Amino acid sequence: MAAELHVELVAADRQVWSGEATLVVARTTSGDIGVMPGHQPLLGVLESGPVTIRTSEGGTVVAAVHGGFLSFADDKLSLLAEIAELSDEIDVQRAERALERAKSEADASAERRADVRLRAVSAH
Amino acid sequence: MGAQLRVYKRRIRSVTATKKITKAMEMIAASRVVKAQRKVAASTPYATELTRAVTAVGTGSNTKHPLTTQAETVTRSAVLLLTSDRGLAGAFNSNAIKAAEQLTERLEREGKEVDTYIVGRRGLSHYNFRERKVAQSWAGFTDEPSYADAKQVAAPLIEAIEKDTAEGGVDEIHIVFTEFVSMMTQTALGDRLLPLSLDEVAGESRAKDEILPLFDFEPSAEDVLDALLPRYVESRIYNALLQSAASKHAATRRAMKSATDNAGELIETLSRLANAARQAEITQEISEIVGGSAALADATAGK
Repeated sequence: MAAELHVELVAADRQVWSGEATLVVARTTSGDIGVMPGHQPLLGVLESGPVTIRTSEGGTVVAAVHGGFLSFADDKLSLLAEIAELSDEIDVQRAERALERAKSEADASAERRADVRLRAVSAH
Repeated sequence: MGAQLRVYKRRIRSVTATKKITKAMEMIAASRVVKAQRKVAASTPYATELTRAVTAVGTGSNTKHPLTTQAETVTRSAVLLLTSDRGLAGAFNSNAIKAAEQLTERLEREGKEVDTYIVGRRGLSHYNFRERKVAQSWAGFTDEPSYADAKQVAAPLIEAIEKDTAEGGVDEIHIVFTEFVSMMTQTALGDRLLPLSLDEVAGESRAKDEILPLFDFEPSAEDVLDALLPRYVESRIYNALLQSAASKHAATRRAMKSATDNAGELIETLSRLANAARQAEITQEISEIVGGSAALADATAGK
């Protein structure tokens, strides 16, 4: 059996995903970071961006994460986000509408949020 | 029908209507408590993980941060009071307000100025009626607080603590909320939110007997702490808001249950009185008839 790490993806008000994975890629403020089992204990600040989790069953879970943290120790990875959505929970049409609205209102953070959502869906 | 009996009947009808209303409110509150409790439970994983992370940075590095360093002399502190928007919850709001007032008094005795921040219309009207100064207040979300609401409440508090005391900032933040212990017990308590004492935070997680590993910080310990502590405060406030909401619904349920019980008792007493009045009326009618026929019989006999 390949080495595994336990992932907990939690948003402020609920647990979004939890399970075993072989690789997790997330975007921190200093760039993308990939965490595999046996990584050194790590605490990082996340940027808005997609998080890719390669599960032990060989599947891929993509989530849009807006702000938060990543902490890894003892093969346990916690992804804490204020808002986190799995790619199949994201309403594409709504995100597209939000993107257009954000563009017309020149709301940079809203535009970024919508963009991250759409990218999480397309990466899936 | 006699006037007395009519009055009783009318009162029974009105109390029955009231009883129906309080019964409905009791059941609504009961279902909301369960929902609110579920929300408290759903927010727990985030809070636990965040506490772990804060402990890790706090103990794993010697970083000094405005949110964790204790001011040498505290000149001003902020008190955040969580109440509800609506009443009909027994002593829920007055207990929270009382706890806040005791805390304020204690802080003032220690020679600190106190800025009051209030969540909930009840607390606000209590302070406004007494013409006490309120630094800022929020209302409208106490029944079902969302994380965005907690962020909104936390923002000015974090801003105030980062500001210099001379410019109107505060040195410490206390929070007064009603802790949800169980369906039957809710206690109003005051707690210091900031500055965080890392020992205390560490103590909470240390209870699980875990040794914290040496973390690598990305990008740096200061930056992580910068980003982490506001989130920690928000999550604490969010948790307090949720507990306060659950407590409020539990208090409403209890208050409405006793109101329903009292209405039931009142209906029973009133029905007894109404029965007695009806019986008295019947007795009187019979004696009138008997009296009348006896008088009639006497009159015909005497003819």
